[in-house]
Amino acid sequence: MSLSTEQRRSLYTQRKNVEIKTEHIVVALAENKPGVISKISGLFRRRGFNIQSITAGHTEEKGISRLTIMVDGTKTNTEQLIKQLYKIIEITKVSDLTLDKKIVRELALVKLYATKSTRSEIMQIVDIFKARIVDVSHSSVIVEITGDSLKIESFLDLVRGFGIKEIARTGVTAMNRGEG
Amino acid sequence: MNKFKKTDKNLTGAHIMAMSLIAEGVTDIFGYPGGAIIPFYDVLTDFPEIRHILVRHEQAAALAAIGYSRVTGHKKIGVCLATSGPGATNLVTGIYDAYMDSMPIIAITGQVPTFMIGTDAFQEADMIGITQPITKNSYLINDAEDIPKIIKEAFHIAKTGRPGPVLIDFPKDVQNQIVEKFEYPDLVDIPGYKPNLQGNKKMIKEAAQWIKTSKKPVIIAGHGVLISNAMLELMEFVNKTNIPVITTLHGLGAFPENHKYALGMLGMHGFVHSNYAVQEADLIIGIGTRFDDRIIGKADNFAPNAHIIHIDIDPAEIGKNVHCELPIVGDARNILIELNQIIEKPQITDWHKKINEWRKKYPLPSQHRLKDSSGRDGKNSISMRAVIAELYNQTKGDIVLATDVGQHQMIVAQQFQFKNPNQLLTSGGSGTMGYSIPAGMGAKIAEPKKEVWVIVGDGSVMMNIQELVTLMQDNIPIKIAILNNSYLGMVRQWQELFFDKNYSHTALYNPDFKALAEACGMKAYRAKTHKEMIECIKKMRQEKGPVLCDFVVEHEENVYPMVPAGKSLDEVITGL
Repeated sequence: MSLSTEQRRSLYTQRKNVEIKTEHIVVALAENKPGVISKISGLFRRRGFNIQSITAGHTEEKGISRLTIMVDGTKTNTEQLIKQLYKIIEITKVSDLTLDKKIVRELALVKLYATKSTRSEIMQIVDIFKARIVDVSHSSVIVEITGDSLKIESFLDLVRGFGIKEIARTGVTAMNRGEG
Repeated sequence: MNKFKKTDKNLTGAHIMAMSLIAEGVTDIFGYPGGAIIPFYDVLTDFPEIRHILVRHEQAAALAAIGYSRVTGHKKIGVCLATSGPGATNLVTGIYDAYMDSMPIIAITGQVPTFMIGTDAFQEADMIGITQPITKNSYLINDAEDIPKIIKEAFHIAKTGRPGPVLIDFPKDVQNQIVEKFEYPDLVDIPGYKPNLQGNKKMIKEAAQWIKTSKKPVIIAGHGVLISNAMLELMEFVNKTNIPVITTLHGLGAFPENHKYALGMLGMHGFVHSNYAVQEADLIIGIGTRFDDRIIGKADNFAPNAHIIHIDIDPAEIGKNVHCELPIVGDARNILIELNQIIEKPQITDWHKKINEWRKKYPLPSQHRLKDSSGRDGKNSISMRAVIAELYNQTKGDIVLATDVGQHQMIVAQQFQFKNPNQLLTSGGSGTMGYSIPAGMGAKIAEPKKEVWVIVGDGSVMMNIQELVTLMQDNIPIKIAILNNSYLGMVRQWQELFFDKNYSHTALYNPDFKALAEACGMKAYRAKTHKEMIECIKKMRQEKGPVLCDFVVEHEENVYPMVPAGKSLDEVITGL
């Protein structure tokens, strides 16, 4: 035994008391069967987790869906959550994407009030953010923007002055860089 | 044998279901018919291989299925059957009980025809949705062609890994659907379900090292030892190491309690010496236990001096309730086999001495009264403990016991010495009142040669009292002992100790249980004195058919030792 009892115990209590809630992105691969999403959301509710966003879509493998779930939780909580997720028979793989290695993307459609006088200014901001205008009418434009949540937040901050009519965000999807 | 061939052209989904169940070795079903399951009931009479036991409430069917699985050590799997809607929802408590206690059962429920699902049809209930948090998996059969695959998967999932209940929702039109032929799969392949059976070798080596150098080790043996059939391996482990064995409620029988290193149960109503041993230990080896809150007391102060080695098949149990320094995920038997090959004896003679001192100092309370026929205050009354002790004496402990929930349950766990596996059927995690008669019934169906006793309180017995009729109709000769103190005893005990004796709604007006049993056609007795109690147990043992006895016991007997809720295990009320 490398650590003394006291050391281990204090580590345990430290971990339990000091642990802070952070954002975790959990990726789950699941067989595409009816009820899987309901099982997952039911599990989160039952174990007291709060889902910030959940996205689902097809993968390279037929019949397998990929779910990206953003939750707030401590490390221990998230570990427990992953173990519980594994118990859902349809789920084949679960991972907690590490903070430094992941690419996170979200797509948002933003409908802004735009008059003749403000349109060009809006277009400049859209350019800076490498976003796109996908619809124009007499009084409004729709902007399509992708990026991590921070980028989308700062875009929204900048255009708030023009007046936001409607926002639709997809929630995040994510993947690890490199081999892993 | 039934008259159907695999290649018959006119087989329906109902036939395929029956043939699939037979292929899984099902010989008994506990159920109750109704509109949405009639087609299946219609073909059941064509399959003499399957015995159907007609319960009087669906909850009893699910609980009987649990008793059936448990008493056979999961060699046979209990199946319960109900119609849609209220029939199906009545199963829910039983399914929940199975989920909490890791019992493999299959619940088949009728459902409205597929084209009516979602229309709030007559007796339609979303059973998949309702049971989602309390099943290991569930299926809605949309096409009768899928039945063999679904049944194969359902049984596989229910009984492997950490066992649990599986629900199969069976719409009426699918029961009637014509299927080309019957083909039962040999293998299952479920990509998302591959329980880890082999423990990590490095961890096992490390564990052996820890055990060798430990000074005050204890084993906590749980239900998992019984599920993985690791009793012999545990015995070998103890013989090689001399480490004392504590058992959980569901682990009773995993290690013979008359062994010199057996300490008995721990926890809220566990033995004082077991609880002290845990609090003093420097190493705890938890095998197939989930460290439930009823056995750990105050979690933060559980085993404050110990490292914990946790052996369990369910990774989600590791570190969930208590700290764990060395997890080994896998099948308890496989892990013990590997551990036994490299294990070395620790030096723990002083530890044994200490435990034996506690054992002498803190015996179970009221032991001097067990043979005392004069009773408390010279009133010649019966104590609950004395009934259990007498039952043990007369049967030499060689019976199956189904208990209900409450004081009598804890007294059975403390007073009865369990020497063989799966002798005790009890509702642990869920504490389902009404469990004992159905569970005893299921056990007797599965093991007709065993003497099955139901120990039940006067509160619990009313929760499935209707099953007395089932016992008579299907001639299921179990022996029901009601320990009748005219109280919801356990709640009353809490009220006495922690709520200023405010006996809020715990006093019970009871029917004449003897007359009630006799009204069902059952042989029945009543005992009011210690002497009558001894006589009644004798008579009940001789009875061939179902028999009941109303033991009128002391009103306010308490169960000690007791660790109050939220306290740590060493803050025990010994009751001495």
